[in-house]
Amino acid sequence: MSTSLTNSIRETYGKYLANLGERDSNIVVLEADLGKSTRSILFKEKFPERYFDVGIAEQNMASIAAGLALCGKMPYINSFAVFVSGRAFDQIRGSICIPNINVRIAGSSCGLSDYADGKTHQSLEDMAIMRSLPNMTVLCPMDSVEIEKMMESLEHWKGPAYIRINRNELPILYPEEDEYHIGKILQLRDGSDVALFACGSMVKRSLDAAEKLASEGIQARVLNVSTLKPLDREAVIKFSSGTKAIVTAEEHTIYGGLGSAIAEALRSERHAPIDFIGIDNKFGRSARNYEEILKEYGLTAEEIVKTIHRLLR
Amino acid sequence: MNDDKLNKLYEIANALRIDVLEMMGIGKAGHLGGSLSLAEMVASLYFEVMNFNPKNIKDPERDRFILSKGHGVLIQYAALIELGIIPRSELAKTKSLEGILQGHPDMKETPGIEAVTGSLGQGLSIGIGMALAAKLDNRRYKVFVIMGDGEMAEGQIWEAAMAASAFRLENIIGIVDRNGFQSTGSTKDVFYIPCLEDKWKSFGWNVITINGHDIEQILDAFGMTRDIIDKPTVIIADTIKGKGISFAENSSEFHNASLTEQQMKIALDELKNAKALSKTK
Repeated sequence: MSTSLTNSIRETYGKYLANLGERDSNIVVLEADLGKSTRSILFKEKFPERYFDVGIAEQNMASIAAGLALCGKMPYINSFAVFVSGRAFDQIRGSICIPNINVRIAGSSCGLSDYADGKTHQSLEDMAIMRSLPNMTVLCPMDSVEIEKMMESLEHWKGPAYIRINRNELPILYPEEDEYHIGKILQLRDGSDVALFACGSMVKRSLDAAEKLASEGIQARVLNVSTLKPLDREAVIKFSSGTKAIVTAEEHTIYGGLGSAIAEALRSERHAPIDFIGIDNKFGRSARNYEEILKEYGLTAEEIVKTIHRLLR
Repeated sequence: MNDDKLNKLYEIANALRIDVLEMMGIGKAGHLGGSLSLAEMVASLYFEVMNFNPKNIKDPERDRFILSKGHGVLIQYAALIELGIIPRSELAKTKSLEGILQGHPDMKETPGIEAVTGSLGQGLSIGIGMALAAKLDNRRYKVFVIMGDGEMAEGQIWEAAMAASAFRLENIIGIVDRNGFQSTGSTKDVFYIPCLEDKWKSFGWNVITINGHDIEQILDAFGMTRDIIDKPTVIIADTIKGKGISFAENSSEFHNASLTEQQMKIALDELKNAKALSKTK
């Protein structure tokens, strides 16, 4: 597995969207004036007549998408994760999730990935918000290969789906030949001592942690959970069973995100002690670069190793 | 428009009001006032103005009806019952676990409902999406969106107002049911929104103000929208909340309230008399 290559998820997203537009004339794209960042602009370049910039109006964008979907279109709405999930929450809930219609919601610059812009633009709550909605599918790709596979699967997926998109280059980890489906939990490394469930940018950090632990004789199983909802509960139980510690890692608040989802999946099952790597009741802040801010918030391989040591003590 | 046709529509409006009372029942809270103010508008749309075939309610060419002020849905249910789309047996099961008539419009539950509305402010935007789809598909259907005057306080309405004119959508027609009351009192007392016509005009809309209980004026207004190109139209319909039932008129008391047996009797008597009147008109 190559981990030296990196690629931009958002660039891949924009390119794939434009390709999708070519194959399917029902694809329409809506944007709230962040197209250069979300890369939805790549669709506009090819299909300006199917691209609607509604201005800086996320609520309107979400409900317009509902109207388009109700007339047979497949709309993709785009903004930063924080705005599309937060500001347009009630519109996503009422106009889209209750009728359970095909709207794709791209939450860009997720987590702390917009490191410079600070707390108003960083999104640490979006997966919790979206996960709480009935009918919503919640996806968090870890690299550009995975988002392509996801978008391909979404072509035939029914109902609303939220896709969390990182702003920065991320290492390519997804095995190209692996057969993807929505809901799949992908094991990237096997180990019987610890189950390490991660998503997005934290998958690579979890693999690094597992490497370090292996050198101490602790074997960690690393799992990429890119579908937070619907979560494959049986797989979570299977991958956790027999381990001595379970750790989750996400670039998101620990309230309602991946950690919560894994703990929910394990309810009523006997399982090893569990802990969450994530953000504990804080907003983000501005930083010079992505690595710096992830370190500041404890989203590192070292922190994962420390947590596992504590659980195994 | 000949008198027979007008009389027929007035009769339908009255029949819808009676259906609403039946859905309300005795002692069950329901959004009476804001349903009754819409009777003539809803009767005109479903029975005269809209291209809508009750035998083919999924026809992609049909005109769309979106009730953004979703709490007024009882009057829409009444129209769908009169059209034979919803079985009359559902009347008595309104807002019950076994019925298909929810407290607010729900397209998943009720045939003939086009969207989910009720959280105020969203309907006009949904309508814009439908109007854009019509343009993309070269279809000629129109989208009618009914809003409340209290709903004008929702910011999303004005986001949508800007968008419909920016996208030059003449195929969307907004209707503001200006009955002057909202949940807790008169719109003047609760949250006064003056110069509504000027606001819509400045947002790029063609604006027509009418008496929303005068069916001739309603039909004329929709007639006037036919020649408009490149811009949306809003019809501001001055109406009376609770229209048709003397004790409920111009009152926020019956925005969402239940009726006693005595009140129900008075209300039905008044509406039945009004029905007789419209026949002799």
